Amino acid sequence: MIRNDVAITPELVKEHGLKPDEYERFVNLIGREPTITELGIVSAMWNEHCSYKSSRIHLRGLPTKAPWVIQGPGENAGVIDIGDGLACIFKMESHNHPSFIEPYQGAATGVGGILRDVFTMGARPIAALNFLRFGEPSHPKTRHLVSGVVAGIGGYGNSFGVPTVGGSVGFDKRYNGNILVNAMAVGLARTDEIFYAKATGVGNPIVYLGSKTGRDGIHGATMASAEFDESSEEKRPTVQVGDPFAEKLLLEACLELMKSGAVIAIQDMGAAGLTSSAVEMGAKGNLGIELDLDKVPCREEGMTAYEMMLSESQERMLMVLKPGMERQAEAIFHKWGLDFAVIGKTTDTLRFVIKHQGEVKADLPIKELGDEAPVYDRPWVESPKQPVIDPASVKAPMSEAEALLKLVGSPDQCSKRWVWEQYDHLILGNTVQVPGGDAAIVRIEDGPKGLALTTDVTPRYCEADPFEGGKQAVAEAWRNITAVGGLPLAITDNLNFASPERPESMGQFVGCLKGIGEACRALDFPVVSGNVSLYNETNGQGILPTPAIGGVGLLDDVTVNASIAFKAEGEAIILIGATQGWLGQSIYLRDVCGREDGAPPPVDLAQEKRNGDFVRQLIRSGQVKTVHDCSDGGIALALAEMAMAGNVGAEITAYPDGLPLHAFLFGEDQGRYLIAVDEDVAADILYEAGAVGIPAVTLGITGGDSLILPGRQAISVRQLKAAHEAWLPDYMAGKA
Amino acid sequence: MKSAVIVFPGSNREGDVVRALKMAGSQVEKVWHAETELPKGTDLVVLPGGFSYGDYLRCGAIAGRAAAMDAVRAHAARGGLVLGICNGFQILCESGLLPGILMRNANLKFICHRQFLRVERNDTAFTRNYAKGQAIDVCVAHGEGNYTADEETLKRLEGEGLVAFRYADAQGHITQDANRNGSMNSIAGIYSEKLNVLGMMPHPENLVESLVGGTDGRGLFESLVSSFPKAA
Repeated sequence: MIRNDVAITPELVKEHGLKPDEYERFVNLIGREPTITELGIVSAMWNEHCSYKSSRIHLRGLPTKAPWVIQGPGENAGVIDIGDGLACIFKMESHNHPSFIEPYQGAATGVGGILRDVFTMGARPIAALNFLRFGEPSHPKTRHLVSGVVAGIGGYGNSFGVPTVGGSVGFDKRYNGNILVNAMAVGLARTDEIFYAKATGVGNPIVYLGSKTGRDGIHGATMASAEFDESSEEKRPTVQVGDPFAEKLLLEACLELMKSGAVIAIQDMGAAGLTSSAVEMGAKGNLGIELDLDKVPCREEGMTAYEMMLSESQERMLMVLKPGMERQAEAIFHKWGLDFAVIGKTTDTLRFVIKHQGEVKADLPIKELGDEAPVYDRPWVESPKQPVIDPASVKAPMSEAEALLKLVGSPDQCSKRWVWEQYDHLILGNTVQVPGGDAAIVRIEDGPKGLALTTDVTPRYCEADPFEGGKQAVAEAWRNITAVGGLPLAITDNLNFASPERPESMGQFVGCLKGIGEACRALDFPVVSGNVSLYNETNGQGILPTPAIGGVGLLDDVTVNASIAFKAEGEAIILIGATQGWLGQSIYLRDVCGREDGAPPPVDLAQEKRNGDFVRQLIRSGQVKTVHDCSDGGIALALAEMAMAGNVGAEITAYPDGLPLHAFLFGEDQGRYLIAVDEDVAADILYEAGAVGIPAVTLGITGGDSLILPGRQAISVRQLKAAHEAWLPDYMAGKA
Repeated sequence: MKSAVIVFPGSNREGDVVRALKMAGSQVEKVWHAETELPKGTDLVVLPGGFSYGDYLRCGAIAGRAAAMDAVRAHAARGGLVLGICNGFQILCESGLLPGILMRNANLKFICHRQFLRVERNDTAFTRNYAKGQAIDVCVAHGEGNYTADEETLKRLEGEGLVAFRYADAQGHITQDANRNGSMNSIAGIYSEKLNVLGMMPHPENLVESLVGGTDGRGLFESLVSSFPKAA
């Protein structure tokens, strides 16, 4: 019989984030009152963050398979085959709540956690990306949060030694009390050297590796599964502290150990630390796990079983080793100055048994801790449809040129150089396209292949129409990869939403997921890993629905690619894709007209695919070197970005009849690309497009030092760049 | 020519410099910091970039006292060539092989960007393939690259022509804007008295291929390799 020192009161249950019926379910499962350690364990396993209890039934609708998918969701990260015996291993994960409370450490440990997920599987990380959303610039906390989060991401990734090559930064008042910090990591491994969490064999040693266990981060995953209020900042002690140096050593030691052939299974200690990693290894392998906590390397004295099981101290790993190889493994870890301890063994009992100071502190059925977690089909309501806005009803600006100048210097559209210059984006010497383009490109080892990487979603579209917004997020990631010449292969999704207990936000989640699934199917772009982050709200104010998509694509020859910069004068500018002048939910409508309404642009997935495949072929055949997709801000903003990147102007002379100029320039119709090519080639391309029914039209010609819009409205590239580069540094210096 | 790249816990640009050295035609061996001797026949020692020991004390302070550094100091004393890049430069300053220190950048932030350097002299083993006064396009990636020294040291460096590179604009002009980390006299790299030890903050090893940004960094590695007769 297990001794119970602490009476489990309803208050205690509530403090652990368990609903009364969830607690009852647990008591029924084990047939007695749990110990405090057991209550801690179940609270860690059954919270939203670890159990996916509100999202699970909806996630099942996502396509996760393709011939090139080696491992879909359910492992530490997704794995795809990229040929030549190599696999690309990647995932994106949120660290929203910790980053709001303690921006530097919250963001740093977010990066650390996702890097660990990737190298746990045997991959060496080769690139990092991120997706960040902050509150409105005028909010008193925003500047401090931007500063801390960016420094934290850089501080961890730079020291670890992975290039941070891409990302997205945006602002909206809906994130005032709940910012988003999503970090993505991408790694490479040989397809026959991939490691999984599934334990095998009875009586095999379970080994603890890495940094010591402290009292930091206790209940981190529970915090991540609750809404925020004014008292949330008191939760600072639940934020972990990152040590990128220890992680770098852990990476090298783990990869060296994996090469030695000693590793049967491996799982990093992330959310819910030792509890979650041990349960997962056992449950996946249909084995019991017995741990002796007296053997756990601790940073502090007098830690209880409860604290050790719930600590989220960083840079730790759990492994099942081949018996007899402990010595060899220990030598490798000591070479790197890291802790190594055999702390338990696998058993055939299917029980999760925790011993401490000669006493059994927990004895739980291991499968049920995972499998029997509550699953909810939460009530949800569909978001009301927004009316389609007639472009003719939207007022024209005083001048299109001035509107464009305003947009290029706006918080969301301005250059994010201030951010990415704090990230080492050049280390490893394989960064072929640096941040600021459509997708980053990194060369794979010494070539000839490369990966195209991007993170995307348009949250205002998702709020106005979750289904179309979900589709658009996937389509935009697919388009950005295509625009640099990559073949889109798979995505990781980071689903950031408000409370699932409110039917409206649950409806947003359900709608977005349907849209994501539909787009993934249509574009052959399966989901191989992901993370769900719910309860992103403060005092009842939810965030915009933000399912961030991290996309990965392949370039067979990394030297054959495209970038957004105009490269020469006198090139024809061709628009691929159809334009109706869609202004609903556009940046123009929001930032120039001050209106946030209307239906977002729909995505015709068949057209999306056809247009993208056509553009990719143009790049791959070497005909086209300059491509930019049209997204926020439409054609006008895309042109401005191409001109600024290349320091070459352009003159736009053609635009369709019957469409207001501002709708043509700023409309956000989907599935479109701008390309610039030699005039000789242009005619061929127009002909080819026409032959296969793809809309393609010449808009004008590159050259000069100004961007000249129809009606002879000229803005100098210098002026555009000044506005584009100024806002963020000025804002961070307190000047804007 | 044989190069030895010393690897400390927390080094992270060793692979980049190994690639650049090999491209230039050098044999390269990685040497773990705990080793007490350099490989036989080592011509050039490289201390690579990174965050040795997490930069947790002072950048380079712990690595500067590693076992392998005694061998590096002996190699330098014999007139052997030593190149320290970024964290390697910090280690050289901490180990007493070069004067001065690298302070936090003027804006107190890590900065990673393309950067032109002016080559101050081209009569050394490191720069013979460049022209004097040439502006080369490389990159920086550091949080503590703000070169600082006392007045006397600075005077000596300038007087004896020991400044190797300065932060410059594309035309090779030394400007305030080009000196983003706030280094004294825009110093990006310095030589030891005998010109056999070079420490520099920028990363020539990341600009050796036109596909990945450009090739202006090659000259440094090719200069080094061409300083030695080809092995038979």
